[in-house]
Amino acid sequence: MALADWAIPLVLVLVPLYAMLHRVEVYSVFCRGAAEGLQVLLQILPGLLGMLMAVEALRCSGAMDMLAAWLGPLLEDLGIPAEVLPLALIRSFSGSGALGYTAGLIGEFGADSFIGRLAAVMQGSTDTTFYVLAVYFGSVGVVRYRHAVAAGLLADLAAFLCAFWLTVLVWG
Amino acid sequence: MINIIWLLMLVCAMAAAIRQGDIGLFTDGVLRGASQAVELAFSLVGVMMLWMGLLALLEQSGLLRRLAGLLSPLLGRLFPELPPGSPALQCIALNFCANLLGLGNAATPFGLKAMGELQKLNPRPDTASNSMITLLLLNTSAVTLLPTTIIALRSAAGAADPADIVPCCVLASLGGMLVGLIVHAVIRRC
Repeated sequence: MALADWAIPLVLVLVPLYAMLHRVEVYSVFCRGAAEGLQVLLQILPGLLGMLMAVEALRCSGAMDMLAAWLGPLLEDLGIPAEVLPLALIRSFSGSGALGYTAGLIGEFGADSFIGRLAAVMQGSTDTTFYVLAVYFGSVGVVRYRHAVAAGLLADLAAFLCAFWLTVLVWG
Repeated sequence: MINIIWLLMLVCAMAAAIRQGDIGLFTDGVLRGASQAVELAFSLVGVMMLWMGLLALLEQSGLLRRLAGLLSPLLGRLFPELPPGSPALQCIALNFCANLLGLGNAATPFGLKAMGELQKLNPRPDTASNSMITLLLLNTSAVTLLPTTIIALRSAAGAADPADIVPCCVLASLGGMLVGLIVHAVIRRC
């Protein structure tokens, strides 16, 4: 894909160029943003660590294989690999936890495997619903959420099913 | 909820290790996971900083604001309670654009500002208004053209084309968002 090859180089040159024309101190602003990236990483590391150690413990102890063996036949009818089930359960509650789990699956099966891709698409197709709820409604003191939780979780479920269906369609 | 899930994972792992007759498997797993997390974080840090640096330029140069201007007529349709060009709608457009570009850190301040504007129009301050729920759904479905963390993760794991999952992510997000908005639209009319 020629277009995909050009996308990142073009963005990396055109955005600073545009910024320069608008009298932005491109280098120092870039560095300030990069420093922010470092902070984001420090924010997600504890969650990543907590989740990866639990995931690895599940994997090494053989619990993951047992779970897959039990749930496998149930999900097999739908064609969904049992390994991604925990990811679907975690995704709405903990962003860094889900990222850790996705990283675990990608590490185990490979980035270009079906499961690795499915996990990445699931991870990338929704945000952490309960976190967003707590931050957004909490910030203005709203305590009655009405149907926000139901709509948010149904949206997550729909996104996961879409993710599965699309992954099968493109790489299945 | 995450507390219970995490604890359950650890307890299940320990139970499985006991069943296998080797508690050392549990210890190995926990320690390996911990060092994997740090290795992973280190392999992500460069790409992450690069994108965050670029996104700071997008914001400072006003490009983000221009993109928001293009999107606000479209977004106005999702918020029928808001007059066009209202400050709430402007913040919502900035929030949506920042999300679209994978700029989570910039999206949140815009989103919270939009929430504040919506609260001014809310007749019942302790209850979520229709517009608030719509804004929430736009944020939880996370339609993003640049899922930087996942691209970094895949490239660190040696993917042939780390970004080839992006179109699927966008479509799946849109699918989720559509279902969320339909549920919202149906319930608010009841």
